[in-house]
Amino acid sequence: MPFVNWLKRHLVVIAGLLTLGYLLLPNVVVTVFSFNKPKGRFNYEWQQFSTDAWKDPCGVADMCGSLGLSLQIAVWATIGATVLGTMIAFALVRYRFRARGAVNSLIFLPMAMPEVVMAASLLTLFLNMGAQLGFWTILIAHIMFCLSFVVTAVKARVMSMDPRLEQAAQDLYAGPAQTFLRVTLPIAAPGIAAGALLAFALSFDDFIITNFNAGSTVTFPMFVWGSAQRGTPVQINVIGTAMFLVAVLFVLSGMIIGNRRNRQKA
Amino acid sequence: MTTENSGDVRLSGISKTYDNGFTAVQPLDLTVPHGSFFALLGASGCGKTTTLRMIAGLEEPSSGTVHLGDQEVTNLPPYKRPVNTVFQSYALFPHLDIFENVAFGLRRRGIKSVKKQVEEMLDLVQLGEQARKKPHQLSGGQQQRVAVARALINHPKVLLLDEPLGALDLKLRRQMQLELKRIQTEVGITFVHVTHDQEEAMTMADTVAVMNAGRVEQLGSPADLYENPQTTFVANFLGTSNLIEAEVDTRSGEDIVLKAGGGKLVLPRARCSAPAQTGGKVLVGIRPEKISLTHADDAGEIPAGRNRITGRIADSSFIGVSTQYVIDSAVCPEFEVYAQNIERDSRLVPGAEVVLHWSPAHTFGLDAAQDIDAGVDTAEEEAA
Amino acid sequence: MATVTEAEAPPLAPRPAPKPPKKRGRLVPYWLLLPGLLWLVVFFALPMIYQASTSVQTGSLEEGYKVTWHFATYWDSLAEYWPQFLRSVSYAAAATVLCLLLGYPLAYLIAFRAGRWRNLIMILVIAPFFTSFLIRTLAWKTILADSGPVVHTLNTLGVLDVTDWLGWTAGDRVLATPLAVVCGLTYNFLPFMILPLYTSLERIDGRLHEAAGDLYARPWTTFRKVTFPLSMPGVVSGTLLTFIPAAGDYVNAELLGSTDTRMIGNVIQTQFLRILDYPTAAALSFILMAAILLMVTVYIRRSGTEDLV
Repeated sequence: MPFVNWLKRHLVVIAGLLTLGYLLLPNVVVTVFSFNKPKGRFNYEWQQFSTDAWKDPCGVADMCGSLGLSLQIAVWATIGATVLGTMIAFALVRYRFRARGAVNSLIFLPMAMPEVVMAASLLTLFLNMGAQLGFWTILIAHIMFCLSFVVTAVKARVMSMDPRLEQAAQDLYAGPAQTFLRVTLPIAAPGIAAGALLAFALSFDDFIITNFNAGSTVTFPMFVWGSAQRGTPVQINVIGTAMFLVAVLFVLSGMIIGNRRNRQKA
Repeated sequence: MTTENSGDVRLSGISKTYDNGFTAVQPLDLTVPHGSFFALLGASGCGKTTTLRMIAGLEEPSSGTVHLGDQEVTNLPPYKRPVNTVFQSYALFPHLDIFENVAFGLRRRGIKSVKKQVEEMLDLVQLGEQARKKPHQLSGGQQQRVAVARALINHPKVLLLDEPLGALDLKLRRQMQLELKRIQTEVGITFVHVTHDQEEAMTMADTVAVMNAGRVEQLGSPADLYENPQTTFVANFLGTSNLIEAEVDTRSGEDIVLKAGGGKLVLPRARCSAPAQTGGKVLVGIRPEKISLTHADDAGEIPAGRNRITGRIADSSFIGVSTQYVIDSAVCPEFEVYAQNIERDSRLVPGAEVVLHWSPAHTFGLDAAQDIDAGVDTAEEEAA
Repeated sequence: MATVTEAEAPPLAPRPAPKPPKKRGRLVPYWLLLPGLLWLVVFFALPMIYQASTSVQTGSLEEGYKVTWHFATYWDSLAEYWPQFLRSVSYAAAATVLCLLLGYPLAYLIAFRAGRWRNLIMILVIAPFFTSFLIRTLAWKTILADSGPVVHTLNTLGVLDVTDWLGWTAGDRVLATPLAVVCGLTYNFLPFMILPLYTSLERIDGRLHEAAGDLYARPWTTFRKVTFPLSMPGVVSGTLLTFIPAAGDYVNAELLGSTDTRMIGNVIQTQFLRILDYPTAAALSFILMAAILLMVTVYIRRSGTEDLV
């Protein structure tokens, strides 16, 4: 039975590709339905092909505003979390200090905590302090939960770095600042970039924590949430598809550049 | 700016004890003369690398001072010391190409036009073609030469080499030994070389300091160390030594006569580092290649005045240029003898009764209070 | 920062009065840690304390709340909402098991069988992250729609009769049933399972498979005795990264479920943002946190990989 044998040998591949299909199916649906022309307020059933939404992506009230706000928060949260997280990561790997265990748990716990718990407790704090919910409270919350992920990403990279490289720089007349700028930072850069990318994605896509601490401010995920109750405009799918394509293109071009550089070296 | 002794490295009472209480280097005085090729030799953990790093400024001494010529540098950070290091496994900057690696030190000192100097230096180490490659694209030997170039271009007063050849295979290592020696002669800078490989130290250095457990056991030229070891550690770590426990019988003029297992051995007084009182114990040492081997039947042909020991061949192994014998003897259970393969006596096979004999001038005497096997295991471990 | 100005001095010049080197950078780690840790203390740890205090307060929005050590809030909310707690744990557990079953083959495929497609598949696993997960979750409404091909096929095959009998679906519908919620949870947290699995699989030396084969192990035995044990760190961190967020999630239950599939996250959200009963919400959220921390600790102990952190 050649077919059965073939099936046996490729069982893992088939199962893996089925999972990949499961992962990508919603993206396919999002893309297809960005060309839909729904009858009612909800874009859940296929009616007829149309490029209306693509021609006018900001045609829905407040959507592009919320998108801009989300981008703005994500950029600032990424900068904040990356700077603070990188500093912590360096301290953890490079120095000995008291209470290391406590510091490690304080960094691990936010990653092991359900979002809804962090969201609710942070809201308690803001209510108690009488803080005005909005842009700033969202930003504070985002930096808080992105921080630990940045620390983890940067720490991994810095740990694998040979400490002798920094000693070599010092031996070659580079002072502490020069050593950091010319050697440490460039070598740690991939880890920092990975951490920053993760922070951006987490912040941009966050809903639960934002929903608790946003007050009347509406980010893009909150806009989508609201529209799930009121009616989903096709433009949501347009934005979703565009984001997917931009992400894939971004990564692909990065890969191609990387490949070309490697080939030049060889 | 270079006066005659400005390249001297002087360590006075320098020591290093870590926070956990481990003492890596015991208080140590050492002077490395300007322009010499100096080797710190010892097994791993003997404190040789720590000593080197204290000269470089990468490790803070717990006590003592470091001078470079007339300048005290004990409290200067590494980037202010006129000293450069070739690191173990090189520590080349992976994000910079070869040119920028070599130019690194010059640029940090604010020198703008580095092109000519870097190119000259790359030519010196025969890497002119590879200037724009990244370190990981070079072979181990090439990386090693980049590391040397990167340090030398700064014209340091002293070049420190931390096991620079450890990562290379045997053949390349031999080649690089000669290469480094050539460069040192060419540039005339003081080299301080840390290694665990006794052959490497002896081939390259003018002066070798043998270190053990944070102390310098003995310091001298390679030939001096080999011929006149002062401690059992040096005797066993550098090459192989046969050590016999003996009792001082009489002291006559230039010689000491010793009793060992019924026989008598003669040892020149000048070659005995132990206080040999009559009736006291001394360790008598002899290198395996200094010994001649004669079949017991021909014992009468041995010239007079030579030290003799009788025994039986326990094992022999033929290794081309020589044959190595292990002799079972009353005074020493595993006596090693290396015989040149000039005329092979076919009777010298395991089981044969033999007489070992050597000139008293090749005998050395050591203090019997020491561990007779010191340095044996470490030498074997490092070789493995 | 004294050290920075030092660097700009001419490198080879001897200093007249060198300061003792012992003090070099003793405080540096604390300065590096300070801002980030302060952030976490003020906006993560402190809120937990506020919440603990809120959970034992009584009062009303109009009159204000006071700490009265009213622990009864805990018992009352547990008594009222235990079904939602139970549902959260069982949905999250089901989603975690499904993620492991679905994710393992894909992680294995990327690590060992993908060859030159490895990077592309990797991108396809990560890229959906960049589309808002709410949009992707809404897409499941279309996929599982009552009149859609999926439901039609399942119906024809009689699968829905079985799941209906098990209580996973209701009648001819998949949407607004536990199955839809678990399906959404699985989908949402699948990448969190795949990535750690892939990381630990990728570290396994391919020659171990050959060695196992050489020592008479059939492929399945090789997997059971060599590959799977070696991937345990990935399995442990993958299940944690899936289970924890799934147990606290309320988005899938809200978008794909019905009032019968409400999870504890939904309750906390409603109490906090709509009913404004802060003590109850705080107590519930505390119980959820404690339960999850307890389960995670026991799980890590039992699986013997404590070096996850």
